[in-house]
Amino acid sequence: MVSELAVTGIGVIAPTGIGLDAFWKAAEQGNCVLDRVDRLAGTGYPVRVAGEVRGFDPAEALEGRIIVQTDLFTQFALAAADLALTDAGLDPSTLDPFEVGVVTASYSGGVEFGQREIQALWRDGPDHVGPYQSIAWFYAASTGQISIRRGLKGPCGVLVTDEAGGLDAIAHAGRAIRRGARAMLVGGTEAPLSSPFALACQFGTGLLSASDDPYTAYLPFTDAAAGYVPAEGGALFVLEDRRAAEARGGEVWGVVAGHGTTFSGLNRFDPGGEGLVAAIRAALAEAGCAPEEVDVVFADAVGTRAADDAEAAAIRAVLGANVPVTAPKTGYGRGYAASAALDVAAALASLEHGVVPPTPNVTATRVDLDVVTHLARRVEPRSALVLARGLGGSNSALLLRRASG
Amino acid sequence: MTTGRQVAVTGVGVVAPGGIGVPAFWDMLTAGRTATRLATLFDATRFRSKVAAECDWDPAAHGLSADRARRMDRYVQFAAVAAAEAVADAGLDLDREDPWRVGTSMGSAVGGTTRLEQDYVVTSDTGRRWVVDHHRISPFLHLALTPSVLAAEIAEQVGARGPVQTVSTGCTAGLDAVGYAAQLVEEGRADVMVAGAAESPISPIAMSCFDAIQATSVRNDDPEHASRPFDRDRDGFVMGEGAAVLVLEELDRALARGAHVYCRLAGFATFGNAYHMTGLTREGLEMAEAITRALDHARMAPEDVDYVNAHGSGTRQNDRHETNAVKRALGAHAYATPMSSIKSMIGHSLGAIGAIELAACALAMAHGVVPPTANLTHPDPECDLDYVPGTARERELRAVLSVGSGFGGFQSAVVLARAGGRRW
Repeated sequence: MVSELAVTGIGVIAPTGIGLDAFWKAAEQGNCVLDRVDRLAGTGYPVRVAGEVRGFDPAEALEGRIIVQTDLFTQFALAAADLALTDAGLDPSTLDPFEVGVVTASYSGGVEFGQREIQALWRDGPDHVGPYQSIAWFYAASTGQISIRRGLKGPCGVLVTDEAGGLDAIAHAGRAIRRGARAMLVGGTEAPLSSPFALACQFGTGLLSASDDPYTAYLPFTDAAAGYVPAEGGALFVLEDRRAAEARGGEVWGVVAGHGTTFSGLNRFDPGGEGLVAAIRAALAEAGCAPEEVDVVFADAVGTRAADDAEAAAIRAVLGANVPVTAPKTGYGRGYAASAALDVAAALASLEHGVVPPTPNVTATRVDLDVVTHLARRVEPRSALVLARGLGGSNSALLLRRASG
Repeated sequence: MTTGRQVAVTGVGVVAPGGIGVPAFWDMLTAGRTATRLATLFDATRFRSKVAAECDWDPAAHGLSADRARRMDRYVQFAAVAAAEAVADAGLDLDREDPWRVGTSMGSAVGGTTRLEQDYVVTSDTGRRWVVDHHRISPFLHLALTPSVLAAEIAEQVGARGPVQTVSTGCTAGLDAVGYAAQLVEEGRADVMVAGAAESPISPIAMSCFDAIQATSVRNDDPEHASRPFDRDRDGFVMGEGAAVLVLEELDRALARGAHVYCRLAGFATFGNAYHMTGLTREGLEMAEAITRALDHARMAPEDVDYVNAHGSGTRQNDRHETNAVKRALGAHAYATPMSSIKSMIGHSLGAIGAIELAACALAMAHGVVPPTANLTHPDPECDLDYVPGTARERELRAVLSVGSGFGGFQSAVVLARAGGRRW
């Protein structure tokens, strides 16, 4: 019988920094690193501002033979996995390899690698497609590469549920632990900025901010909301049965206490927030958590009026208007399946440090919620609720609890 | 982990090459006919492998409105038609179900690649531009970029509001999507899961991927015999396409409403081989572990298995890997158990095939017939099990094992067991 699902390791590759310390420091200070991106300059695209991971050198993190056969999204995942294992103080080679598995959430796979190879195919012919296309582009690339590089033979999985993927993957990994896995690496990374084609595929959603001003491009919950700013990077976690983790002397960042997921209709955000309400209630029910025990909400914060209003209505309907709500991602962007993974990292750090980070750049809000703006707030939260929704109709909620007390 | 909740399979729907709809599909499998042919869906002139198993597809003829057909990629269309058949077969009136207790779990390895490629060619000026012309991009192309649309479209169709997920574990996605769905029913997260997988990868980019690593058959002068699992003269897999959908329900409620129960989904396990993204070990240790754990989950012994539906892709390495894995997991019983590969007839539809194979297993149990392995005329001496060459065989099937193996190292196993009789 599993005691509790404990997060014992966090590995972050974010626009605001590599490693949890840099990421958290930026979040706590409310730093905004959104910027006009060189890779998009001169494209004429209606997206200029993004959250770009700077200072990540794949050659420093990974072996050359891995780099040539992977897309950037998988390189992020491999590096984040290493950081998470180190943080957990867990050397998987000391465990039965069948007891440690990997689950990642993906949205669009290895898009830059894929675009290079499809270009070779159509410009130069079928015999110009390289041998690694078949393993670098597909959505399962990161799970497979992590499993191989770290020798993990346990339950391996890949979920694709839009932006909700980061939360759903954690729930799925928890399921694997309840069914006997000793530890799971889980999370999601994305690299949507390096492929002009993949980025252009998004324009039809009407959700990407076209602003070229980094400080006003992404303002969810405000009258000036004009969509979200895409981001790259992501986070991986080590998840373990709490008793087993503590028995080996592992430190616990926090506990995954409940998860709920619902569907509310393809290609739109549920305007009434009914699907999100049901997801939140399911997460609370699983955790045995009363609404008033939720001390902070990490919002999905899509950044359009309709989606923001629906999210605000859902939060109010279940938790009331007084719970502090934050969206640190306004400082670094919303990264598809990686987005919720980064929110989970921020939420765990928030529980650990007793501080709710602010929502950078957002000042006057249009919603009846206590959105944490300007400065971080000392709240000593015991539990944090993370929300994520996808345009594909997914609504997910994950409830995290502080490790102690 | 035991909750006491068991999972029933109450509906089956299939869209497969040479067999659209369950009756045509089952007729084809039991007759041992092959649907592999020279590819017609794209110009294969400059390709190494020119063979494919294709569906002769007319969405309107299968009840898809022009609007839905226009919006949906080919693989989603397959899934929509298979899901409609499965739900009708289950006799489920989804309007009377609690929508929050109904979910979907659908697998696909490459998703909307075919649609992406079509738009890519136009907007990149046939690969001449790196920065594609965004003015010419379809406003719905994001739905092709991410296969989450697959599970979402099926959820929309059946009115599901519970857990809705696409699973993309490469070529085990079909087994895994159904396996994950069964877990959700067992754990009480849903009472009904519409679960399956779909793929339509017969396009230049997907075909060229496998050309590049010489994984596909080059028997271009004899396409109907190109897929030859376990045969001495096999030379790779034949790309296929299609979809299958199963309706999974909590067993007691299925019995209470008088549903026809094909079988129980009794066991599922998946592991990584942590070895190579495309390579397989000769020993098959990880697939053997998946089989053993799936049997444990089902509370069964190796001797209970009456039929093994093989991955049987027809690559040199797979068929030996798999033969050794089954021997390792089932011991001497492996030699007494028929084991066949329907990929010999309908090709390898990547993420879809695992679900199509589960559909075949459910039908095999219902009919008491083991489908054959076509084209197996000269057995590979290293593949020395009973692969049911050429001709279907009558046999009472109380428990069936289906296995799969995929790029990324995924190794999965599902156990289906008769619903009546002994409760495990």
